[in-house]
Amino acid sequence: MRRLSNVAAPVALLVFLLAIWQGAVWLFDVPHYILPAPSRIADAFISHFPSLLHHAAATLAEIVLGLVLGGVGGFALAVAVFYSPVLERALYPLIVASQMIPVFAIAPLLIVWMGYGLWPKATVAALIGFFPIVVNASDGLRSPNEESVELFRSLGATRGQIFAKLRLPASLPTLFAGMKVAVTLCVVGATIGEWVGAHRGLGYLMLQSNALLRVDLVFAAILMLSILGLLLFGTVRIIERHALRWRDTDGLTGRGPE
Amino acid sequence: MPSQAIGAHGVSKSFAETDVLRSISFDLDVATWTTILGPSGCGKTTLLRILAGLLDSDAGDVSVGSSAGVPNRAAYLPQRDTLLPWRTALDNAILAAEIEGRPRAAARAEAVELFTHFGLAGFEDRFPSQLSGGMRQRLALIRTFLAHRDVVLLDEPLGALDPLTRATLQDWLLSVWTELRKTVLLVTHDVEEALLLSDRILVMTERPASIALDAPVELRRPRERASADLAAEKGKLLGILLGGTR
Repeated sequence: MRRLSNVAAPVALLVFLLAIWQGAVWLFDVPHYILPAPSRIADAFISHFPSLLHHAAATLAEIVLGLVLGGVGGFALAVAVFYSPVLERALYPLIVASQMIPVFAIAPLLIVWMGYGLWPKATVAALIGFFPIVVNASDGLRSPNEESVELFRSLGATRGQIFAKLRLPASLPTLFAGMKVAVTLCVVGATIGEWVGAHRGLGYLMLQSNALLRVDLVFAAILMLSILGLLLFGTVRIIERHALRWRDTDGLTGRGPE
Repeated sequence: MPSQAIGAHGVSKSFAETDVLRSISFDLDVATWTTILGPSGCGKTTLLRILAGLLDSDAGDVSVGSSAGVPNRAAYLPQRDTLLPWRTALDNAILAAEIEGRPRAAARAEAVELFTHFGLAGFEDRFPSQLSGGMRQRLALIRTFLAHRDVVLLDEPLGALDPLTRATLQDWLLSVWTELRKTVLLVTHDVEEALLLSDRILVMTERPASIALDAPVELRRPRERASADLAAEKGKLLGILLGGTR
């Protein structure tokens, strides 16, 4: 029942907002090339569905590749920074500074260097997606208390064992928190990459449709992009639930008798 | 087999400008229970960490569980909660075996047996967050005993528990010890706990800590919490502890 009401609330709000939108467009007779009514967007979404799917597949590949690159790279950086104080001092300020550079400034360069294919978009996605992963994974690797580390050392554990059996599992909760932020950033990154230069993808479709004043198609592409983002976010949450089973169990089975 | 399980000879330690331990010496017999009592912050934990091999002393030397010349370090239970929340109770219990590369199946079988024997049966697959405070502490203690070390160092294992759970666990700990026959060195500031459990009590002074009293506990086992003998001993010990702060 709780799950149902969890879904019901946002759906009700969405329906309410769409109704206002629909009513306003109809009432004030807004031209469809300025703001199409939701019904018109739905029409476009359905009639162009195969094309939307075709473009979505390209964007999905870019996002997933960006997420993998950003995830692996971000985690590797977090580990390197954690184990090497020299690297930490050298790299951390640069990592933070790198986030001050707008990706819009780098994206055209990436197109020049890498061409029009999958890689420049995935790289843009990875460049903004890796940051929350580095920050969160670093916090997670640091989270075990000194006593736990001493317990491992008293048992004769090697540094590798302390990493694999203590720090790595301890970093997973924050790593997943970072992944969830990274997913949404990668969706934005891939779209930006497509705006700068592409011949396929939802971002490309938006740009083309906008130029042709097919605003309904722009909205249909945005809708598709949102669906894609939600699906990816949901996937990360499912993996997270599974990997962090131990965290969700509080209170469900109750506490054991003394 | 040597009858001495732990030896400390002239152990001293200071951090920066602060002298923490000043020439601590004692020898503990195999399979006996010794308790260190002392005021808070006097360096009891520092001494345990030196014995566990986590910290080097500035002077003096220590020997731990030297059966037949094989270095056998102690099993150490730190004061704060160190159960791994992502592991089930059983997987927490076999941590030492896993780190040492002992076969998992055998370690699990042994752990299941101890769980059954010591009141944790049915909780093997629970995560620590699903266990009560008392159960968690039992699990941490079982894990310590499963490290296959002759010497067990316990740093205030029952300190954070409510009095009732604490009393239950004292009895429980005594039964585990009677069964497994380890050499135990316990740190606590509960005088009654020390008298109830130990063969011998070491009282430490304020920092820089030295040993103010090293005396066997003459009370006959099984001991009663409410007995007059124990109360009398408790009074004497408290006198020494409080006198030491003058």
